[in-house]
Parts: sequence; structure tokens; C-alpha cells
Amino acid sequence: MLLINCPWCGPRDETEFHYGSEAHIGYPEKPEELTDKQWAEYIFYRNNPKGWFAERWVHNVGCRRWFNIWRNTVNHEFGPSYKPFTKQPSRPK
Amino acid sequence: MSTVQFTFDGVTYHGNKGEPLAAALLRNGIKVVTESSYRYRPRGVVGLGYEEPCALVQIDSGSGEPMVPATRIELVDGLVVRSLAGVGDLPNQIDKARYDKTFKHVDVLIIGAGLRGLKAAQKAANSGKSVIILDDQFQAGGYVTDLNEKIDSKLINSLKKNDVTHLQRTTAIGLYDQNYVVAIERRTDHLSSEILPEMSRMRTWHIRAKEIILATGAFQRVLVFPNNDRPGIMLSHAAATYLHKYRVGTFKTGVVVTVDDFGYQDAIRIHKSGVKVQAIVDIRKKVTGKLHDQVRKLGIEVILGATIVDSTADQSGSLNSVFVAETNLDGQITGTRREIKTDLLAVSGGWTPTVHLATYLNLKPIWDKKIAAFVMPKLPKNIKATGFANGEFDKVTNPPAVFFGLIPEGEDAKVSFIDLQRDANVRDLRRAVGAGLTSVEHIKRYTTIGTAHDQGKTSGTTTMGLLGQLIKKEPHEVGTLTFRPPYIGVPFSALAGRDLGILSDPIRTTPIHSSHLLAKAPMEDVGQWKRPWYFPIEKENMHDSVLRECKAAREDVAVMDASTLGKIDIQGPDAGIFLDRIYTNMFSSLKVGSSRYGLMCGVDGMVFDDGVTTRIAEDRFLMTTTTGGAAKVLDWLEEWLQTEWPELNVYCTSVTEHWSTVAIVGPKSRSLLAKLAPTLDVSNEAFPFMENRYAEVAGIPARIARISFSGELAYEINIEAWYGLHIWQEVMKKGKEFSIAAYGTETMHVLRAEKGFVIVGQETDGTQTPQDLGMDWIVSKKKDFIGKRSFSRTDTAREGRHQLVGLLPLDNRTLLPEGSYIVNEGDSKKEGKLSHIGYVTSSYSSSALSRTFALAMVADGRNQIGKFAEVPIGNSVARVEIVDSVFFDKENTRRDG
Repeated sequence: MLLINCPWCGPRDETEFHYGSEAHIGYPEKPEELTDKQWAEYIFYRNNPKGWFAERWVHNVGCRRWFNIWRNTVNHEFGPSYKPFTKQPSRPK
Repeated sequence: MSTVQFTFDGVTYHGNKGEPLAAALLRNGIKVVTESSYRYRPRGVVGLGYEEPCALVQIDSGSGEPMVPATRIELVDGLVVRSLAGVGDLPNQIDKARYDKTFKHVDVLIIGAGLRGLKAAQKAANSGKSVIILDDQFQAGGYVTDLNEKIDSKLINSLKKNDVTHLQRTTAIGLYDQNYVVAIERRTDHLSSEILPEMSRMRTWHIRAKEIILATGAFQRVLVFPNNDRPGIMLSHAAATYLHKYRVGTFKTGVVVTVDDFGYQDAIRIHKSGVKVQAIVDIRKKVTGKLHDQVRKLGIEVILGATIVDSTADQSGSLNSVFVAETNLDGQITGTRREIKTDLLAVSGGWTPTVHLATYLNLKPIWDKKIAAFVMPKLPKNIKATGFANGEFDKVTNPPAVFFGLIPEGEDAKVSFIDLQRDANVRDLRRAVGAGLTSVEHIKRYTTIGTAHDQGKTSGTTTMGLLGQLIKKEPHEVGTLTFRPPYIGVPFSALAGRDLGILSDPIRTTPIHSSHLLAKAPMEDVGQWKRPWYFPIEKENMHDSVLRECKAAREDVAVMDASTLGKIDIQGPDAGIFLDRIYTNMFSSLKVGSSRYGLMCGVDGMVFDDGVTTRIAEDRFLMTTTTGGAAKVLDWLEEWLQTEWPELNVYCTSVTEHWSTVAIVGPKSRSLLAKLAPTLDVSNEAFPFMENRYAEVAGIPARIARISFSGELAYEINIEAWYGLHIWQEVMKKGKEFSIAAYGTETMHVLRAEKGFVIVGQETDGTQTPQDLGMDWIVSKKKDFIGKRSFSRTDTAREGRHQLVGLLPLDNRTLLPEGSYIVNEGDSKKEGKLSHIGYVTSSYSSSALSRTFALAMVADGRNQIGKFAEVPIGNSVARVEIVDSVFFDKENTRRDG
């Protein structure tokens, strides 16, 4: 079970969180102007890198707030977590 | 030490309290403990701990437990066990024992309380850190106490501090990310009669540690040769410990076969216990040093460059003699066979550090040729290993041989066992290699080696060694076995803890629930909610009850407890704009005091939830959701507010439990409401459809909403939750003169289906657009909302999608099973592959229609209306007509009463 650092509450067990997939995928400004392919990329396509990945989590049985966090998909090591709409910390080494 | 009684296979024996059952069995002369699972060969005690591959028993006393190694049972008075071959029995009585769990955060967790573990704990405790040290044996000391040497009491006492938790009989069963360890503590089985009833039998520890020290020790390995499985052939450390520490006697003479210096040390212990060791058979050609000199002095013959090549048994199946022959490191016998009579063969096949916990992190152990063992992988920075677990075998003066045994062919291969519990042998290994397998992971699955209760603790490395030898590779070149938690067998009850029965999942009931129970209404589970399914009168069955309830709703008045509907209070100046983006239809234009039905979709355009939302004030809406969808809808709203539209000033909170809702439905509901709320003008003009009024109902302030899920004139009375039961009782009382009937979820379903109203989750499964459901009318063309862009995607806009229709079976008594496939007319008689055109989503008997009917999703459904189709039901076929999805009161004449 992962230990996840909620930027509001501090480190908590994974069971308190829900996963929200890749971070920084914004809702398109003008969906009606997108091609089917561009819209499909927004809905269905996500990166799946080996290594550091910025992803979204929500502390849903805690403060119920969303945040972003760096996670290494190889060994589940976590980098810094950060609140939505704040500057993304650089990719951990 | 006191003497206790125990029963093995129905016979009473005596033993010493607190010793391992295996020791007591041996002292009582029981060498054959069980027979093997597949080949029915007699088997006895091999090991000393959880590595035991053979001596399994079923515990019948106390809570009972299947498949426990006799080596890990602590003898108590009244213990009842029986021998077990392979498969255990689950106890058939409910376990009355308690189980619990606890959660801890510590600075340092030490796994293993041998000498190294204890020292590590002392060091950490002295530096002021919080410490947990746990160990799976009966007492601390590990290898040192096996040797019957005392651990310095100062060392143990130094752990009696605040902030140091020392647990014996506790096994770490899993190690997970971020230093999370799960351990099982066995608390009462060794106490027999002194147990307090409230004491838990086992406790599951969930531990998060800043630092972990693995002091988990090592396991000795077996050697492979023909007939290496006979009772009396044991691991040398186990044999020496049973004889020297536990004084089991039993054996007359012994032979030690070894690949390392540990065999010599164990030979000395066996000799000291009074059992004459006739020979040490060492595969190595040259051995020097103190231990070697010591055994010579004791008069033990040392046969170098040789190993055991076969054995014979006595009548009971126990060891009678061994054959020794000169053998090279490739396992080729180069000399003549010499028989030595002995009833004990102590095998020192080398030690394997217990690396399991580290490998649970998906790290691969590393082959160390110098000590002929797989050692700890490169560990993350917060995990360290020490002692045997780290491959630090201090007493080694002569390096061990890299030798795992013989790889005979023919009949001998069949009785040369690698995994004793699985009866997997050299023949299986040869056959796997012959089939072209070269990876140990494949070999494991082909031969079942390492898949038994012991997960190959004594046989894993041996398999890799012998496989390597067969295909001319080093042990580490054949891959590594993957160990997975749990490290030992764990009773489900230990993992469940208190989360059993009524505590396993919350049960949600409405404030009116007690009345439903009195009415003997059968309950339906809707998520965690208990909802009345139907309200039978006397001996009515469900069918009759539902017909009667439906009739009451269509002809008189009927009442339902609708309190379980999800309710979300949405407040803030931007609430209207927010709902416009969430729902497919417009809400910002809704007048205060009015309600509107809304549909929400995912970004993919598929229907996600629905419900009626009411504008309570300019900046406040009360949203209702499906009973099962309440939590996910609140999550959905919050996600969009937090991650996409933080500029919107809107707040959401769940108020599902705050309000009780009583729905009164039917042509006489207006007259009933007038009686309940005398101050309210209930006329159609004063209180039109989809509006809300505030009034006292039976003396309680209420919000009454004129909404209908049945097509009938209907009202929902919303009151603060704790008045729910009162209002229900008043409705029932005042409703008597109107022949009121209570109804449950089944009647609700029938009534709405007669009107063609969908239920999200019944007509939908996340692949239907509003258009598929014939609900184009609710999709706004004026504004953007979540999912809108998806409606013009190629797949959602195409012709021929499944669309909602009605079905009427030609035989009006045929009830189509929900989920049935629908095929074209005539197709069900065709041979070969059938292609279906759709499926039944809802199917009921209708009182209003005096027949059965169904809703269905059918390809290009709306263009199929008027055509006939077939529904195969088992071996028969029902013919159906495809019709419009609205069956009753198409003109909506009944809504206003």
C-alpha cells in the first residue's frame, strides 16, 4: 500500500485516495472546434511512461481535495505533490 | 517445564509444554507423520520452522486450522491434531475466536529477533527511536537459542522500554511500497485454558516504518538423491536441534551429509546428544580447520568427495540405511557404493538467506557463488539486512560446495525429490527441460515445484541449481523464482479481523425502515441501502403483491419511501452556470421553487446519472441522484469544480440522510394531500406539475414537490429526516379512506417502465447516449456541457446504434428474462452462429396492460417498431413485437389527475 503525501493533510495510506490518471490534461477550451481525433485524444489517450509520471489523486475519504504528484512508475517512489493550478515542481531525478 | 497431554491421530501422547509439536512427535517415536499428497510415500519431520515441507497436520482443537506445519505448533495441554496429506479441511463450525488489527508508525522495524535483530533493536532503542521488533518463533534468540545457548538477558531487558514493542510468535507476511509491512501475531494458541474470552486469537499488524531491518535468518536446503524423502532424513540443523535442545532421543545412530561446515557443527551437536554419528559425508575434497579437527577427535569418520546416492527403508517406511559413494560436483557417481545402517540422515545442503520480504518489492536476489546462495537484492535506502539474511555466515572457514544433489535418470529420477510437498522430482524436471523449458519460472508452473504451502522455501534454490546443471548454466542464469506474499499461510479470519457479519459493510436504512420491517416487506439491496422490495398482504407472493400495488397507484393512491435517493445541496452564486455545464439541459433558467429532470453524461457522451433538481433559492439547488449513484455524482461535481472550474463560486455537500422523502402516487393523491396539509391549496392551478410548495404536513414543516416517476398525479413530501416515520404513519392512516397501499422498488420499476422511463444502470451500462434512449429532447443545442462534443463523434453519430424500444411478447403471459438476447424473426431456428439484434433490459407483468411487457435496446430500434423478432429462452422461443417504449398513457393525461 502506497503512502501518499496529500499537500493539505500530509502523508496518508493509499486506501484514503482515489486515482485520477495523468495530470495536466485540461478540458479543451472549445471542444466543438476539435477534430474527432483531437477530441478522442482528450477523452481516451493518456501517457504511460516508464519512470517519473505526474498524476492526479484525490484524498476522497480525507479532505476530498484533488492534487497532483510525481510518481515513479517503476518503483512507486513519490516525488513532490502539489496543488492544482500551482507551478509544477521539476521532474525528480 | 511441565508435561502436557496431546492427541495425534486419535492416540494420546505426552510432551513438554511449549516445545514444537514436531519435537513431541519425534520423542514419542512418531517418525512417519503423514504420507505424501500424490505418491503416498511415508513422510516425517524435515525442518524446524515454516520451511517444513512434509509434516503437516490439521488442528482440530480450539479454533481449528488446516495445514499447519507440526514444526510451528507450540505444544499445549489438550491439543488435538491429525496427520494431513496435502489437502486440509476447513473447520465446519463458526470460529468463535476474536481477531483484530492494529496500525502503527515507527522509526525502525526489525524483522527477526535473532542475535543480530536484537542487537539492531537495542541500538535503535538506545538512540531514542521508536522500535518494533517482531519474530515468528516462540522465543527470541533465533539460531543461538536453537543451539541451546543463552541470549544475554541484558540484551532482552534493554528492549523493555517505552516506545519499543517486542512481539514473538509474529510473522511478517508482506512488505509493500513505502516500507509498509503486514504481520500476523498469534496471541492465544499457546495459552490453552488461560485465555480470556475477549482476547483476540490473532492480531494483524499494519506497520509503516521509516527504516526496516531484515534479520530474517536463512533456511537450510535439502539435497537431491534417490529416496531422499524417507522419514529420518532431516535437515541437519533441525535434526541437531531436536536432539540436542529438545532431547527427543528417538534415533539410534546418525549420518551427516554435507556441502558446508555447518554439517560438522550439527554432527557435533547430534553426537553430544548421545546419538552416535557414524560418518560425515562431504562432497568437498578438502576440508581443514577447527570443526574438522573436533569431529575427528570425537571419532566420527569423515568421508570426503562423496555424497549419499540412495537409501533404504524399514517396514514402517522410515530410514534404515544410506548408500555412500564418491561423487563429483556435477553429480556423477565415480566410486563404489557403500551401505551404512542408520535411522537418521542429517542433511546440510547449504543455507539460503530468507530474502522473501525484499523480493516482494519486485527486486531480484543476487547469486553469490562464494557462499553458494542467492543473497539480498540491492535494497532501497530505508531497508537494510543483517546476519544470516544478509549472507553473513560467520562460522564458515571452508567455502561451501556449489552442489545440489544428483540428477539420476530412469526409475531413480522418479524417487529423487526436489519439492517434497508437491512430490515433484528429477523426472519432472527432466521432462520440463525435454519440453524445451529453460526458465525456472516456466519450470515452476510445469512441475508445480515451489507451489505448495511452503512455497519452495527449502527447494527453490535447489531447483535453480539442478536446472542450471541440466542446461549447463549457472543458477542465476535460469531466472529467479518470484516469491509473493503472504510469507506463510494465513487464516482469512485473521485478515478479516472484526469486519465480519454485520460489521463487514455498513447497512443504510431510512428513518422509516422500522415500519417496513413491521409490514414484513422483503428487502432489496441497493448499494448499501436496504429498500422494501414489495409489501405482501398475508400470504401474497411477489407477483400478486406487485400487481395489487400497481393497481392502487393507477386507480387509487399508493405510497413509497423514496428517502434513499441521493441528495446534494449545491450552493453559490455560480450554481446555475455550473449545473448548465454538468447537465445536458438548461438549469440556470429554472425558476426558484421549480424542479426539472436532468441527465448528465461523461466526457464520452454516455449517460452517467439522472435525477430531478430543484431550485431552492437563486443561489441554491437541491440535486437528486439515483440511489446507487449519489457518491460518484458528488465526486464528479467536486472534481470538475476543483480541477477545471475553480473560478466558479459553488459548494456541494451530501444531504442524502438529512431528508426523508415520502412519495404519494395516484389519482387520489391530491385528495390525500389535502387531508394531510389542510393549509395548502392543492388545486392543479395553484400547485402545478414540477413545482414545489412549503406547508405543514401532519404538523411538520415540509417541502412538497409535484413530480412523478409513474405518470400519475404524484407528490413527494420532503421533511427533516427524523420526522420520516411520523409522516409515513400519518400518510398510511389518512390514506385508509382512499384504499392506500404501500409499494416497494418492484412496483416503482413496473410503473416507470409502463411509461418508458429509463433507470440508469438498468437500461444503461455506460455505452448509451441520451439519443440512444430516445431522449434527444433533453439535449440542449444552445450551450456546451460535459459530453456534448462526443455526440458528433463517428461512432456515436452513426446509424444502427442500439436504441430503446418496447417489446410485447405475442403470448401475453410470457415474461422475457432480463438480459435475454433478441434475434431477427426466423433466426432462432437457423443452424450455426446466431447474430443478435439487441437485448432485454427490463421485463415485467403489468396490471394496467393486463399482460407482460419489456424494454429493450435494439439495433436501429426506432426503425424496427412494428416488426417482429424472437427471444430464445432456454430451448423455447418467444415471438415478440417491437413497439414504442411508452406503453401506458402516451398522451400524459394522468399527470394532472
